Amino acid sequence: MSAAPGRDADSSPDGRRAAWLAWAAQGLLVAAIAAGVFWLVHHALEVLRARGVHSGFDFLLQPAGFEISEGWLDFDAGQPYWRAFLAGLINTIRAAVPAALIAVLLGTLLGIGRLAPHVLVRGIAGAYVQVLRNVPLLVQLLMLYFAITQLLPDSTEPLELLPDVWLSKGGLSLPWPVADAGGWWPTHLEWPERGGFNVSGGAALSPEYLAVVVALALYSAAFIAEIVRAGIASVTAGQKLAAQAMGFTPWQQLRIVVLPQALRVIVPALTNQLLSLTKNSSLAVAVGYPELVSVANTSLNSTGRAFECIAVVMAVYLALSLLISGVMNRYNARVALRGWR
Amino acid sequence: MSGHPAGVPIAWRRELWGSRLRSVFTVLLGLAIAWAGWHVFNWAVLQAVFRPDAEACRALQHGACWGVIAEKWRPILFGRYPYEDQWRAALAVVLLACTTLLSAWPRSWRWWLLPLWFVTLALFVLLMRGGLFGLDTVPTSRWGGLPLTISLAVVGLALAFPLSLLLALGRRSHWPVLRTLCATYVELVRGVPLISVLFMASFLLPLLWPAGWQPDVLLRVLVGLSLFVAAYLAEIIRGGLQAVPRGQTEVAMALGFGRWPVQRDIVLPQALRLVVPALTNNVVGTLKDTSLVTVVGLFELTGALGLALGGDPTWRPFYIEGYLFIALVYWVMCFGLSRYSQWLERRLAPGGH
Repeated sequence: MSAAPGRDADSSPDGRRAAWLAWAAQGLLVAAIAAGVFWLVHHALEVLRARGVHSGFDFLLQPAGFEISEGWLDFDAGQPYWRAFLAGLINTIRAAVPAALIAVLLGTLLGIGRLAPHVLVRGIAGAYVQVLRNVPLLVQLLMLYFAITQLLPDSTEPLELLPDVWLSKGGLSLPWPVADAGGWWPTHLEWPERGGFNVSGGAALSPEYLAVVVALALYSAAFIAEIVRAGIASVTAGQKLAAQAMGFTPWQQLRIVVLPQALRVIVPALTNQLLSLTKNSSLAVAVGYPELVSVANTSLNSTGRAFECIAVVMAVYLALSLLISGVMNRYNARVALRGWR
Repeated sequence: MSGHPAGVPIAWRRELWGSRLRSVFTVLLGLAIAWAGWHVFNWAVLQAVFRPDAEACRALQHGACWGVIAEKWRPILFGRYPYEDQWRAALAVVLLACTTLLSAWPRSWRWWLLPLWFVTLALFVLLMRGGLFGLDTVPTSRWGGLPLTISLAVVGLALAFPLSLLLALGRRSHWPVLRTLCATYVELVRGVPLISVLFMASFLLPLLWPAGWQPDVLLRVLVGLSLFVAAYLAEIIRGGLQAVPRGQTEVAMALGFGRWPVQRDIVLPQALRLVVPALTNNVVGTLKDTSLVTVVGLFELTGALGLALGGDPTWRPFYIEGYLFIALVYWVMCFGLSRYSQWLERRLAPGGH
């Protein structure tokens, strides 16, 4: 049997000719794609020039001219665009990290709940997963945002959820550690205080931020629950029976026997879910939380440099994706079977 | 135990009342469920207003105002589609639903399914767009609501599927250059959010098009959506291709099949059969993802709700009921699809019927 064309191992004249043909075809393919891309870029630049739009990344150094209302990085209209993008990125992380933590916690509980030896617990966990998974995240996000901004009491008479935790149309206020002036390390808690018109002090979380974090967390938890359930179900019943026979308590069975094996199935799928959570945080643009996509959208409308703004967003998300998969692959290497990849 | 029909209630009884602690837990949890259920029932049914009566709705304290649906169901379901022509949009959706249901039945996976889909899509566009047989022309900018959601999902997937096949085959090609190109495309697209792809499509495609003929928003969004979905489908199909044993290819080669016929007649049919459940899950994902096009100015189901209620101060306070209504519409479609996927998985499993 002759080897398939294009394999290097074949040194017969026919095989060599086929290999040459394959390389020639690939060369042509690259040339055609390069020519196509060149033509498209050229054409796009022509169109842009005809419209009098400048292109290039130099605008990143110019003053942005818009405000970003919240976030950890102080930003005002006089600062350049690159700082606006940075503030947007920090806001993305500020929303995605708490959402991921809540989602993993809640998802694990729900996943275990779906396998619980009690029919009502299984039913509740199952209903949660089936409802949340089959409704678009955007609908859930908009519904939550409307509920927070319209149905909660006004900020003049906030709900006190816990002592010194206030919830109202204006958002959530809770105690937060702060540093003394000039210091870096937080030294004391700042308590929110209820005034005549609103609650001040402490950490004030805006309704947009709350809606994004809660919606992302609840939605992703439904998917993580399915991942955890599949992971635990993948551990064969014999393993658990053997652990029982060895006299392990139920908690020991879970911690020593079931979870280490389940994690091998869970971690790669969880990585994908966390990646998709990070990408889904871009839906925040729909409620006006100033994360990366929202900042890029504002910049795009004020500068007209669509390609540049979207390229920045894509590059940042790619970097984030690589970072997350890198970290999770490290973790996966720790939980995977030794000698396996 | 659980396999036997009579075993299930007995197992449940043991779970619920097996020990004293269990019984206490069951009673407490049951009370909590009953309490929550009563409140939901009271809000959604007992105290609710079902008539499209804004006065009665505003007087409500603890009830749902389903009147907003009774009043606004047509703009929510059909968006800005002309009121007197909405029967056409409804008929188009029913037609598409019938063809979808027919294709869901594995017995109908025959050669005529593809032409049937072409005919269905042609009829769908004819009904929606009009312009022939005395039907008024409705430009795509006025399409909206459920028909737009469904056509975005169906056409987006239909355009993405061939591209994803090429990408999946290309990623397993003998040509290193082709392999790298396809892998780069798939990984790039999977690394960025759909919203940025949609922005890209709606701002950049007009620049790449020949001057003088501008693609409308629907076309731009469809291109963006299918380029995005294709990357995900390609990975699923590649998984299926990898799962077909190498021996199949070798045997076919030994029998004298060429390189392309092997892929077309031997490998692909087996690979696609393996990934049908995963593909169905992706259809659910795409259906949910269509809600994002509201961000770039198309009024599909989610956008149409905003359009119907946002501009009307009388009914604006009752957004929650509106969101619940469209959530129910999405849920019925997505839950149905995921149930179908599970059924199909069992049926396609070796030895399943």
